[in-house]
Amino acid sequence: MLLKKLTEASGVSGNEKEVRNIILDEIQDFVDDIKVDRLGNIIAYKKGKDNPKKLMITAHMDEVGLMITDIDDMGLLKFTTVGGIDKRILVSKPVLIGDNKVLGVIGAKPIHLQKREEWQNALEIEQLYIDIGVNNKTEGEKLVSIGDYVIFNSQYVEFGDKLVKAKALDNRVGCSLLIELIKEIEDIGFYGVFTVMEEVGLVGAGPVAYTVEPDLSIILEGTLCYDIPKLDSHLIPTHLNKGPAISLMDRTTLFDMEFRKRITKIAEENHIPYQYRKSSMGGNDSGKIHTTKEGSVTATISVPCRNIHSPTSVMSKQDYENTYKLLKTILLEYEKGEL
Amino acid sequence: MKFNSQLMEELVTTYGPSGNEDNIRIYIKEQIEDYVDKIEVDSLGNLIARKKGNGKKIMIAAHMDQIGLMITDIDKDGFLRFTNVGGISPYILMSQKVIFENGRVGVVYVEPIEDISKLKLSNMFIDIGVNNKEEAENLVNIGDICIYKPDYSENDNVIHTRYLDDRVGCYVAIEAIKGIKNPKNDLYFVFTVQEEVGLRGAKTSAFKVEPDIGIAIDVTGSGDTPKAKTFAVGLNEGTAIKIKDNSIITHPKLREHMVNIARNNDIPYQMEVLEHGGTDSGAIHLTKEGVPTGAISIPTRYVHSTIETASKKDILDSVKLLIKLLESDIQL
Repeated sequence: MLLKKLTEASGVSGNEKEVRNIILDEIQDFVDDIKVDRLGNIIAYKKGKDNPKKLMITAHMDEVGLMITDIDDMGLLKFTTVGGIDKRILVSKPVLIGDNKVLGVIGAKPIHLQKREEWQNALEIEQLYIDIGVNNKTEGEKLVSIGDYVIFNSQYVEFGDKLVKAKALDNRVGCSLLIELIKEIEDIGFYGVFTVMEEVGLVGAGPVAYTVEPDLSIILEGTLCYDIPKLDSHLIPTHLNKGPAISLMDRTTLFDMEFRKRITKIAEENHIPYQYRKSSMGGNDSGKIHTTKEGSVTATISVPCRNIHSPTSVMSKQDYENTYKLLKTILLEYEKGEL
Repeated sequence: MKFNSQLMEELVTTYGPSGNEDNIRIYIKEQIEDYVDKIEVDSLGNLIARKKGNGKKIMIAAHMDQIGLMITDIDKDGFLRFTNVGGISPYILMSQKVIFENGRVGVVYVEPIEDISKLKLSNMFIDIGVNNKEEAENLVNIGDICIYKPDYSENDNVIHTRYLDDRVGCYVAIEAIKGIKNPKNDLYFVFTVQEEVGLRGAKTSAFKVEPDIGIAIDVTGSGDTPKAKTFAVGLNEGTAIKIKDNSIITHPKLREHMVNIARNNDIPYQMEVLEHGGTDSGAIHLTKEGVPTGAISIPTRYVHSTIETASKKDILDSVKLLIKLLESDIQL
């Protein structure tokens, strides 16, 4: 299954090769032109009939993770974070390190030995270490190197009522949607772009937009979802099972009102449920894309993901299907020249 | 030159928050179209007006967007929740009237809180005087942006109003467009969008224009109110020539040239070293291979409040400096 393969692959920012290879393998027979640029972004093009506006659909390939910074005398590994990770989620998690995916567990002082005041605060990254089951530094150095990337060891599992638990749903869900679109859509011309290093500052997207020069872009994302019942509705950024989330604004973009309204109208006309992403926090590749060169128009459509940036992100297959349906309908409108 | 009160009042009272600048763009276009050679609107919505000349290509940027509030939620009783578009202080927002593009007025208040220091945008709401969600949804949609309701006052000396930032810059640019008859330089007046959310319009328009020189026109603060932090800019002390802010250190030769122009034409001026904040000049000077850029600032008290205050004399001096600068031979 595509989303399983994508989420279980290793692709922390700057190390997207494994994910990129899966994507290249999936799409290369379905595109008319494909290249990997110097930063590692995939820029694929599908031919279609002439359209006055150049459309680009993007999803970032990278995920948040860790990087090894030191190996101590006992062979325990010190690490730093790559991208936004809540340090409170780290302790006791199994991880996979480096190209060989060496298993490790993130350890810390047992609760019995912690002083009462230590309970009050989350453990700092400096207090955590990764145990790879070796006895000393030399043994450790045989298995891992400083600079190795670390991913969470978390399998794709379907559970409950059409829900999915996986790591890296942000943004393999976007990659999966875009791959499926590229494979299914015929005779509609658009650029399908998979970017690198979004999680460390939207790094890949600017150069991509510089190359492609799009008029319109749709950024596909897995976005934050926090829909616990005790919260006032205005504090809930997105809900699970309420459909694709359309962005209003975030720290990097004030999304073009006309394009946003066009998209919600398409959803309404086709009876596809949608919701607005109510938070103005966070940012995505749109921030770079819409301000590149002379500027362009962007929209972001996301699949809500609970526990985002963690090993146990949760999304709904129903939201995925509705997001896909919306994208397909948008492409049909684009083909008619009505975007 | 007489102070054009009508233009100023119309500028500060025309709707146009960041991301929805259509109305103000139409207004400005009407004011300038008879005085320029060519007008373009780019994909982000920047208004680019060219007055042709043979000299240097100069981009003059004044941002036309305003800070405002974007609606994110409508509750069952029809109360609206919002996020800020640009720098909005909850303390200034409290008890204000706001207005939507369609003219609907609302008032801003807060959930009961014991401690005023807990005032946050997320516990505030807008009451638009409806009985339920359905009535509200007939008037306002999620994603709509409202602004502070216009309230303009003027006396012989100063203007008190919301949105001097940066409609006063638009005023200076418009008056310069009208005042320059036969441009020596090739002038691109750009009324930019989305400055308040990160100089976004200036970035893309500068890429398009590719100027030899950039000039931003914007408000700056003042250090002349009771117990103000030290800042050597005050009202009625003349136009301000920017040396630095958080977004730029202005080009030294251009700055020197601006000072010489002010001196030679007896235009009162002051030098501005702003420790916080930035202007469109920050985005312009980093465009492509780099653009020598300066800024003319209008000293303004209480920036981003609903009672921004500036001196009419300083505004006129800023127009004078801009005109003389644009009509000069600039050698850098």
